Amino acid sequence: MYRYDDIDQTLVDQRVREFRDQTRRFLAGELSEEEFRPLRLRNGLYIQRHAPMLRIAIPYGLLSSDQLRTLAAIATRYDRGYGHFTTRQNLQLNWPELARVPDILEELAAVQMHAIQTSGNCVRNVTADHLAGVAPDELDDPRPYCEIIRQWASLHPEFTYLPRKFKIAVTGAAADRAASEVHDIGLHMRRDGAGAIGFEVLVGGGLGRAPAIGQTICEFLPLAELLAYLEAILRVYNRYGRRDNIHKARIKVLVKTLGAAQFRGEVEAEWRAARASAPQLPLAEVERVRAFFKPPPYEALADIDASVARDSEFRAWYRYNTRPHRVPGYRAVFVSLKAHGRPPGDMSSQQMTALAALADERSFGLIRVAHDQNLLLADVRQQDLHDTWLALRREQLATPNIGLLTDMIACPGLDYCSLANAGTINVARDIQQRFDDLDYLYDIGEIEIKMSGCMNACGHHHVGHIGVLGVEKHGEEWYQITLGGSVNGFTALGEVIGPSVPQRAVPAVIEDLVEVYRAQRAEGERFIDTYRRVGLTPFKERVYASRAAAA
Amino acid sequence: MRRVLRRRELVVDDWLHWGENALAAPPGAGLIVPLKELRANPQDWATPAQALGVRIAPADKLEDLIPDLARFALVAIEFPSPTEGRGYSHARLLRSRVGFKGELRAVGAAVKRDLMVALARCGFDVYEIAPGEDPEACLDALSRYSVAYQADWGNDLTLQWRTRPTSM
Repeated sequence: MYRYDDIDQTLVDQRVREFRDQTRRFLAGELSEEEFRPLRLRNGLYIQRHAPMLRIAIPYGLLSSDQLRTLAAIATRYDRGYGHFTTRQNLQLNWPELARVPDILEELAAVQMHAIQTSGNCVRNVTADHLAGVAPDELDDPRPYCEIIRQWASLHPEFTYLPRKFKIAVTGAAADRAASEVHDIGLHMRRDGAGAIGFEVLVGGGLGRAPAIGQTICEFLPLAELLAYLEAILRVYNRYGRRDNIHKARIKVLVKTLGAAQFRGEVEAEWRAARASAPQLPLAEVERVRAFFKPPPYEALADIDASVARDSEFRAWYRYNTRPHRVPGYRAVFVSLKAHGRPPGDMSSQQMTALAALADERSFGLIRVAHDQNLLLADVRQQDLHDTWLALRREQLATPNIGLLTDMIACPGLDYCSLANAGTINVARDIQQRFDDLDYLYDIGEIEIKMSGCMNACGHHHVGHIGVLGVEKHGEEWYQITLGGSVNGFTALGEVIGPSVPQRAVPAVIEDLVEVYRAQRAEGERFIDTYRRVGLTPFKERVYASRAAAA
Repeated sequence: MRRVLRRRELVVDDWLHWGENALAAPPGAGLIVPLKELRANPQDWATPAQALGVRIAPADKLEDLIPDLARFALVAIEFPSPTEGRGYSHARLLRSRVGFKGELRAVGAAVKRDLMVALARCGFDVYEIAPGEDPEACLDALSRYSVAYQADWGNDLTLQWRTRPTSM
């Protein structure tokens, strides 16, 4: 993975010092809340219901075991012994004390981590495919380019205060596992006829209010032009994005207003005009960064079927929680943060410490964060899978449910977040309880439930096969259900099935939807396939017929 | 009289904003006029009695100014609130695209110490520090960072990736 040099380290250290001074001035009453707000937001610090929330950047979801141990220690020392992994591959602490946040940042800086630009109206953490570098379907590893973009975006003086937040995702594989089409910029790696690396550039995707799917504005951007082109997009957005209405300030609104063709014209004009002064990306720098992402020293092994002659519990875990690897004899292992009875994405300090040790032992000391709020050990020898499973199971990190109904995405919701309209953790728990039978889960098969506590859509509800959105109705928590959303190869936004339902009804509604699928599915069809074939109506009828009957 | 931070020194301002009392500046002071006014009444400003500067609001169209830029020894760019970020792009465009070599001045209620680094790196060289803010602290703030990823005006437009600014 990338290691800081003197420039990287100095910048992060100086950022900690700057934020320490800003925090001190706020606590001393020298800065008003209004003045401190944009300063703290640029460093991942929100003021939440109970305490500040600190969002720590995990660039493109890659962590070393030392970093994970440090996160565990920080969560113990400064918080309540756990953290929450998010859909943007970050880690959130829910209970830090404001005065001690600079100390947390200092401890993070010591292991080459930071919270720079994890919130606020600026370029956020750059995310990537969680199987980068190991996926069999990959053209090239996107992470060196993510790192270059991370550096370019960090404390960029011109794009310090954009109209709104700005998210970039990069993928290098045929399948889009980074939800890149619902990002402000999605970069898909391509090769030209001569085999040179470049990017297809999508702009204007985003969830939240008025969700939109990104549109291609450049079919092939040569690598050397990457930063110049990003800078052109950001400059057009910074100058012309709306600032009068927070709900219309994302770049997706500008792209929609101008139309993709005109937006593309604006960007190209800016790109050309800026040619003489735009940042050039020297190939030597690309090579320097790429060298950090060389494959680890794999052994020469043959593929084996590690599930043969093992008990059914292990076989289920192998089937659902491991993925093929490009190197023979290895597999990528999901670490499920979706144990029933635990909030999705939460992980205790003890679990983090144990996983760090396991990563050292079995996966070259590296851990990855997936956008669906699970972790991965990406490089496990197939012969070690059973032992790895036993170790994960001891820490309740081996729930064999990856890709299944209880592998839900959920934001922290009303329990923590001051933006939320409704709870998510309790709803997730109720759903887990209702679907606690693994055989039932296996029969239902692959399905994605995504839940957000408000329109900001941190839980990506628009792109869930089943989306659950918390809304407030007469002071009560109700939920709007959508169907048919998806990312991962085919991006679609879900359709609302009808009036929202009360909290206690959500698990039963989901069961109704699942039962329609089970009754109507053709051989080999997943939930989403059946939905696409039969449409919304049978699902809707079932949900509201049974509700009306009950009422 | 107003003092401004100019090239790391606090000096008496020798410019007036349009509408300010002439006694607020030394004799012979230049006049900073909003772009909107210059465009609304061009005849009034065709043969000015003193040096002219132009003041750009966030929503102003910079392209309107560029053909006339040679008339102005100074461009003032407004930062009315800390989250208003268009001025940074205006500054970058004037310095790196148009090659404006005159005084680039940051004005407005948000011109305080926490904006200084970004302002300097986008090409500002004069700061009208907001009332109530400590100019010395603003000066100190310019030294917060000794490294930068992006090339910038402070690097004399060398435009190298990952550089150490020689000064900011």
